[in-house]
Amino acid sequence: MKITGAKAIIESLINEGVDTIFGYPGGAIMPTFDALYDYDKKINHILTRHEQGATHAAQGYARVSGKVGVCLVTSGPAATNAVTGIADAMLDSTPMIVITGQVGAPLLGTDAFQEIDVVGISQPITKWAYQIRKAEDIPWAFARAFYIARSGRPGPVVLDIAKNAQIQEFEYEYTPCNFIRGYIPEPEIDQDLIQEAAALINSAKKPFALVGQGVVLGNAEVELKEFLEKADIPAAWTLLGASAIPTDFRLNKGFLGMHGNVSPNMKTNECDVLIAIGMRFDDRVTGDLNTYAKQAKIIHLDIDASEFNKNVKVDVPLLGNSKETLPALMAQIQPAKHTEWIDSFAEYDKQEYNKVILHEVYPEEGELTMGEVIHKVSEATQNKSVAVTDVGQNQMMAARYTNYTQTRSLITSGGLGTMGFGLPAAIGAKAGAPERTVVTYCGDGGFQMTIQELGTIMQENMGVKMVVLNNHFLGMVRQWQEMFFDERYSFTKMKNPDFVAIAKAYGIDGTEVSARENLDAAIADMLKDDKPYLLVVNVEMKGMVYPMIPAGTSVTNIILGE
Amino acid sequence: METKLYTITVFSENTVGLLNQITIIFTRRAINIETLSVSPSAIQGIHKFTITVQTTKDVVEKVVKQIDKRVDILKSYYNTDEDLVYQEIALYKVATDKLLALGSIENWIRDHNTRILEMNETFVVFQKAGHYEETQRFFNELSESVGVLQFIRSGRVAISKSKVERLTDMLNNLKKYENA
Repeated sequence: MKITGAKAIIESLINEGVDTIFGYPGGAIMPTFDALYDYDKKINHILTRHEQGATHAAQGYARVSGKVGVCLVTSGPAATNAVTGIADAMLDSTPMIVITGQVGAPLLGTDAFQEIDVVGISQPITKWAYQIRKAEDIPWAFARAFYIARSGRPGPVVLDIAKNAQIQEFEYEYTPCNFIRGYIPEPEIDQDLIQEAAALINSAKKPFALVGQGVVLGNAEVELKEFLEKADIPAAWTLLGASAIPTDFRLNKGFLGMHGNVSPNMKTNECDVLIAIGMRFDDRVTGDLNTYAKQAKIIHLDIDASEFNKNVKVDVPLLGNSKETLPALMAQIQPAKHTEWIDSFAEYDKQEYNKVILHEVYPEEGELTMGEVIHKVSEATQNKSVAVTDVGQNQMMAARYTNYTQTRSLITSGGLGTMGFGLPAAIGAKAGAPERTVVTYCGDGGFQMTIQELGTIMQENMGVKMVVLNNHFLGMVRQWQEMFFDERYSFTKMKNPDFVAIAKAYGIDGTEVSARENLDAAIADMLKDDKPYLLVVNVEMKGMVYPMIPAGTSVTNIILGE
Repeated sequence: METKLYTITVFSENTVGLLNQITIIFTRRAINIETLSVSPSAIQGIHKFTITVQTTKDVVEKVVKQIDKRVDILKSYYNTDEDLVYQEIALYKVATDKLLALGSIENWIRDHNTRILEMNETFVVFQKAGHYEETQRFFNELSESVGVLQFIRSGRVAISKSKVERLTDMLNNLKKYENA
């Protein structure tokens, strides 16, 4: 039967199992929105208030569910508004498909109204970008797009669809894609290298594992735990690897990097074999590469061959999905005990607890701190909530002080560091995991970057719990100004609106807290039901995220406070 | 780190925008492309890019992996000059009257192994194939004696001396995945 291209787009989405999309209509995508009108039983379209919001929502949805996030927006400014989210998904390996409308094929290249070279703009920030100029290409391009977005190292795909292709009628037939010549998403494991890596691990006295998002993307959390337990290997996680292993897991030694825990950073430069699993040695993790883990033999497990030796020279690269490489490696390693080595982390943990955590999480006097708020919210949700963060101090504090009991529980913009990510990503996370409590932690700065998404929450009545950690400053920038720019607070102070009143205008309940004695009750009020809620907490104005490793310095150069 | 001239060979699908996907990888690292040549390869539907860049081994390795990672790239690798048979071609346009004033051009034709592609009362077009240094030497000689009205040199084309045919191996290897 002949159908229009617009209908074929929706049918293709359904063929790929899509039931939720995030979007915003406009001129060049109107035929597709018109077709969508007849599919309200099959596809839940969430209307965001800005295309950037749609992309972050799709990211939050994908990150929490493991499914491909889908956005549907129009051409020109809609596409450029989507660019930030596309780039964010690229850096954080998030499976996402962004469908942009485009002017009709005869108008391409003529500077037509709302025409922009979307494929050209998105090529550096997508896994694949393709322009569909005729309806017949729709099933093929969609099948390919989904395969590319979710296989191998996931990432964003842009499909730019000319208006005429949405209107044309053609014989629709859908064949899923599972092979592209020249693209091998899951390469075969090299058994020789597995042997080499196993030999290193078997002879290690002080092995140490670094856990990245690759474990989560490969659904290899169980395999990871078994691997670590068998050889008794302490492990620490990157920002995007957070929650891959539970906080209370015996071998979990905490958070890596600039604002990570002291012991895993120090031990990076003491271990003898470093096993990096699905992580990419980001500069926020490694600091100065010239002094990074020089004493250690390095084994790197990754699905992306271009990550090997990109930042850190690797002794044994193990290409493949961690779901496959970890069990392969585990089969070759001997059970071991590294009690003394593992116990040696405790001294640093104690130091950090006394110098940082005690004051940040359990202050008895003074103004409220970000750390205590996050710790309390995490506990009040039985440590089962999904924490969605914005970027900056709120993000680092959330990563540090959320207790993780299940995977996919921290959703944050790691690679791109996009302020304004938190609120829309939380909307997507709630859509992707409606049964879970979703809490977003935002600063007063980032919250205002995408504050319009309160409208989406209102319209969809999404039970997103919003915690604004208000210090009346762009806190992380202020922290750097204090530490590295002689306390010259250049344009970081913020005069803020009455956030609770704004929420109220959107029909969203909320409250503002400044005193410690009111915090527990306010958190309980926020969590009493599944409705949206805004909790504004006025925290200390000049709070600092410690520990801190100044950018570009050694991972052992840790500042614990004044 | 020592820089060197590397020749990068890329085999790709014949789709729109591939060149842009490749060049942005160089742009990001501010690497200047010295020469670039694109053409259909021996295998139908597969295009071959030959790119030369002056850079370090460390950088060229990373760049090649990042090119190889693109979905529509079939295979990407790099070589140094020792591994390759390579060639460039150049065309030179000079004024006929100045050329005739020289008396004889036989030595040029013999020494540079050049050909004449076109000749009329106003201009003569020479063609010379060779390595960069060779086509440049002929340019210098022409410039100094009769002057060159127009000059164009192609990008490098190259064939590996390797006994292993990487693209063929790769395509055979792919069949395993296709049938899996």
